[in-house]
Amino acid sequence: MKSLKFIVTGVLFGIIMAKSEAISWYRIQEMFRFQSFHMFGIIGTAVLLGALAVYLLKKFKIRDYHGNPIVFQDKDKSFPRYLIGGLIFGLGWALTGACPGPMFVNIGYGYWAMIIVVLGSLVGTYIYGLIKDRLPH
Amino acid sequence: MLELIKQPWPWYTSGAMIGFTMVLLIYFGKSFGVSSNLRTLCTIAGAGAKVKFFDFDWKTQKWNLLFLVGSVFGGLLASTILKSDQPLKLSEATVQDLRSLGITFDGELNPSDIFGPDFALSVKGFIILLTGGLLVGFGARYAGGCTSGHAISGLSNLQLPSLLAVIGFFAGGLLMTYLLLPLIFKI
Repeated sequence: MKSLKFIVTGVLFGIIMAKSEAISWYRIQEMFRFQSFHMFGIIGTAVLLGALAVYLLKKFKIRDYHGNPIVFQDKDKSFPRYLIGGLIFGLGWALTGACPGPMFVNIGYGYWAMIIVVLGSLVGTYIYGLIKDRLPH
Repeated sequence: MLELIKQPWPWYTSGAMIGFTMVLLIYFGKSFGVSSNLRTLCTIAGAGAKVKFFDFDWKTQKWNLLFLVGSVFGGLLASTILKSDQPLKLSEATVQDLRSLGITFDGELNPSDIFGPDFALSVKGFIILLTGGLLVGFGARYAGGCTSGHAISGLSNLQLPSLLAVIGFFAGGLLMTYLLLPLIFKI
């Protein structure tokens, strides 16, 4: 049962990503060409409501499911890793039309070619682990 | 009810549901970030023996892998019992722009010109998809997160580093869209 809630949340996430068409290569192109509000609306709504939820969770010191305090971890403060890493990510995102979540949802949807993209992303992750100490962070 | 879920969802429903997913994971004592799973998968494949970055107890991330498995199943449900019978409503301007790249809009989620077996299994297509994935995987780990971890979780928690990452995502996306895609798809 402990595992089931994560699987169910994942199923929900997969349905949301597919039904919102956020897993669509076409929609990502449309976003980067600023030719529709669709993707901006999705991300904007998620962030706006997400920020409100995080604010309320903190303000009322809501505890999690296990009764533990909810801890929000601050990201490390630096510039290069976010800008350079982000830029590299963006190149791949616009090329494949898929960020890590949608890659997997697309495989479930029946787009088998996304397996190639996932393999590439694993290789990319491995290369990062291999050379991370030599990169500016 | 099923009819209502089957049609393509408007942006506000989709956005609200993504926010809800994040809150649900926070409530379960976890956080919303998909790309960490790629590191976990490398660890399971044995990368920890050679590279320190992958030397951690992957079982602490089992919940996230289960989430990932669930999302594959969610995609399957969306393409079967929840499939919409309407074609995707892509902006006409995008349809025209893509046509000039030689990519036909077919009303589906992804173009068969890229994800169909003829292109994906050609040498050129395979290299393009593999390289694209490589950039996503490398960039996500370098930036310390992807769209879910930075754009949704990070921005919701008002993290400046996440804003920088999102600016990077867009800079890279624009560079690819306007400068590189024409070169890649026209050779």
